[in-house]
Amino acid sequence: MSTPSPALPAAAGLPRVRSKRPPRVTPARIGVYAFLLTGAAFFLLPLYVMLVTSVKPMAEIRLGNLFALPNAWTVEPWIAAWSQACTGLDCSGIQVGFWNSVKIVLPSTVISIFFGALNGYALSFWRARGANLLFGVLMIGAFVPYQVVMFPLVRAFAAAGIFSSLPGIVLIHTIFGMPVMTLLFRNYYASVPGELFKAARIDGGGFFRIFFQLMLPMATPIIIVAVIMQVTAIWNDFILGLVFAGRDNLPMTVQLNNVINTTTGERLYNVNMAATVLTSLVPLAIYLISGRWFVRGIAAGAVKG
Amino acid sequence: MSAIAVNSSVEPSPASSAASPVSHVASANVDIRQLEIRLGGVPIIAAMDLHVQAGEFLVLLGPSGCGKSTLLHSIAGLLDVHEGSIEIGGRDVTWADPKDRSIGMVFQSYALYPTMSVERNMSFGLRVNGTPRAEIEKRVARAAEILHLQELLKRKPSQLSGGQRQRVAIGRALVRDVGVFLFDEPLSNLDAKLRAELRRELKQLHKNIGTTMVYVTHDQVEAMTLATRIAVMNKGRIQQIGAPGEIYNRPANVFVAGFLGSPSMNFAEGTLQVADGAVTFRRAGLSVDVTRYAFAQAPRDGQPVLLGIRPEDIALHLDGAAAGDGTGTVALVEPMGAQTIVWMDVQGQQVSAMLSGHAEPVVGQQAPFRIAAEKVSLFEPGTQERL
Repeated sequence: MSTPSPALPAAAGLPRVRSKRPPRVTPARIGVYAFLLTGAAFFLLPLYVMLVTSVKPMAEIRLGNLFALPNAWTVEPWIAAWSQACTGLDCSGIQVGFWNSVKIVLPSTVISIFFGALNGYALSFWRARGANLLFGVLMIGAFVPYQVVMFPLVRAFAAAGIFSSLPGIVLIHTIFGMPVMTLLFRNYYASVPGELFKAARIDGGGFFRIFFQLMLPMATPIIIVAVIMQVTAIWNDFILGLVFAGRDNLPMTVQLNNVINTTTGERLYNVNMAATVLTSLVPLAIYLISGRWFVRGIAAGAVKG
Repeated sequence: MSAIAVNSSVEPSPASSAASPVSHVASANVDIRQLEIRLGGVPIIAAMDLHVQAGEFLVLLGPSGCGKSTLLHSIAGLLDVHEGSIEIGGRDVTWADPKDRSIGMVFQSYALYPTMSVERNMSFGLRVNGTPRAEIEKRVARAAEILHLQELLKRKPSQLSGGQRQRVAIGRALVRDVGVFLFDEPLSNLDAKLRAELRRELKQLHKNIGTTMVYVTHDQVEAMTLATRIAVMNKGRIQQIGAPGEIYNRPANVFVAGFLGSPSMNFAEGTLQVADGAVTFRRAGLSVDVTRYAFAQAPRDGQPVLLGIRPEDIALHLDGAAAGDGTGTVALVEPMGAQTIVWMDVQGQQVSAMLSGHAEPVVGQQAPFRIAAEKVSLFEPGTQERL
């Protein structure tokens, strides 16, 4: 409405009508905040109860005040959960499971991301005969429920002699991570201009040289996303770890379950809560530190299918 | 740039070692015979013959989708050939790997490796084929000097402007020992000013290093200014191939005539009148004496023809003084500074004329115009071929 000419409003003597800034607080906005706060409370309340319970002595827990803050703070349950909690007859705490999980997560993440990137690269740029068919089959694989293939896999792994071993569980996680990892990298590489690949071909680059020197370094953002997804998924896995890892390599999730189910006399709620928080600490930390990257990765996976 | 010795002869002379060009390989010729390329089963190019001489700057010019990029990519080995053969420097490379074809290529999107510095971008190809480090450094330094990239060697592509990026892309092709440079619309992503600047640099580069260049563009100005020869393509066929002046002044058919020139050539349908050794083009309100036209075949009386005349070959007498070949009404004026384009209405047909920038035509004005008879092109209306 405003004109750049300064003479006009004064000469005409018209009152300048300023458009009003809309009110900051509207019913719609109040509704949105109410919903967000309710949602946050719904998800945070259990976490609060867990944390509070884990620092209470058993005497206070028996009073049954679930939401009350502790009168006497104690870190005993945490120490107990980490190094003294019992699974069956073995009482060396949940730390055993923690280190087992680390041993499973590290190689599984690295290997599955490496092959996912390699697959995505090959499917996007080399366009081998039947590449689309292969990709389709891989995608179908992503939708097959674990339970369906569990028994055949157990038989196959047993026949190969890697059932109940660390390499076995790593292989399982690599296989089950393959469809999503391939999809992630294929979609990322689909957005890379084909001319870049052609230029590298003219420069004499072969399959692996172009992959290692050009395409893999380029994919850093998506590698971070893949690390987040794989670490979280493999750390949280229960059933594969339970079935394939074997007694010596049970991951933290399985051990947590065992800790909680092992009762000799009184059920130690505070120790159980501490063990649970310890177990969920890794994925929780990853979400908090890298939420931005995680959202970006979801978006990258969603667009350009 | 002037420091570079021009050595495009096949045998390198020993005296030139002090200031030798980056490339030590003699520029190569390209021979394409009976080439057929299919994409998804559809023939894009069929039965094409093209011979590029060593040291030549050949521009493939045509509208988008005419197959010019497809042709270039097949020369580069990035597309499989369905039939025919491609020879570079006398060697059959129809099925050779891109790296074994002695070619360097520059792309429209620059296609620089984003994670590598300018220096590593340029040296990638040399590192791949295991060139000694000292030699790599020498060649990169040389290319950087030619393209004025010395200060930028440590930068990443994302820290460069569009023009700098394209210079790096050219440098990357330059450091490799190649006989032929292939350019795939290298200037299309740049703004107008940079485009003109880089165009000049490219021409200078070709003059200095003398390597064969095959250049794809849809920009007629680039084609006209850069080319030794232009091959105008349409629908997968070469319509005409020749020096820029020849293509512009003697277009082989209506497509070529219409594609080059801005505004494009004016066309008028009419008939030829042959009487007493004089040949005249006639249509309602227009008659042009074309007796001196170089007819390929003797003209027949009453023969229907299409007359083409470029805007700059129409003289408009705004003062109405001289009698003209016809009269038009000024419908629209586009002043361009140096020139002024006038769009006239001549008996329901739109005709453009290019006047000097000093002319001040008025819309609605009636003005007689004269056609430079020696500049016209005549086409057969059915086949669209030049007469």
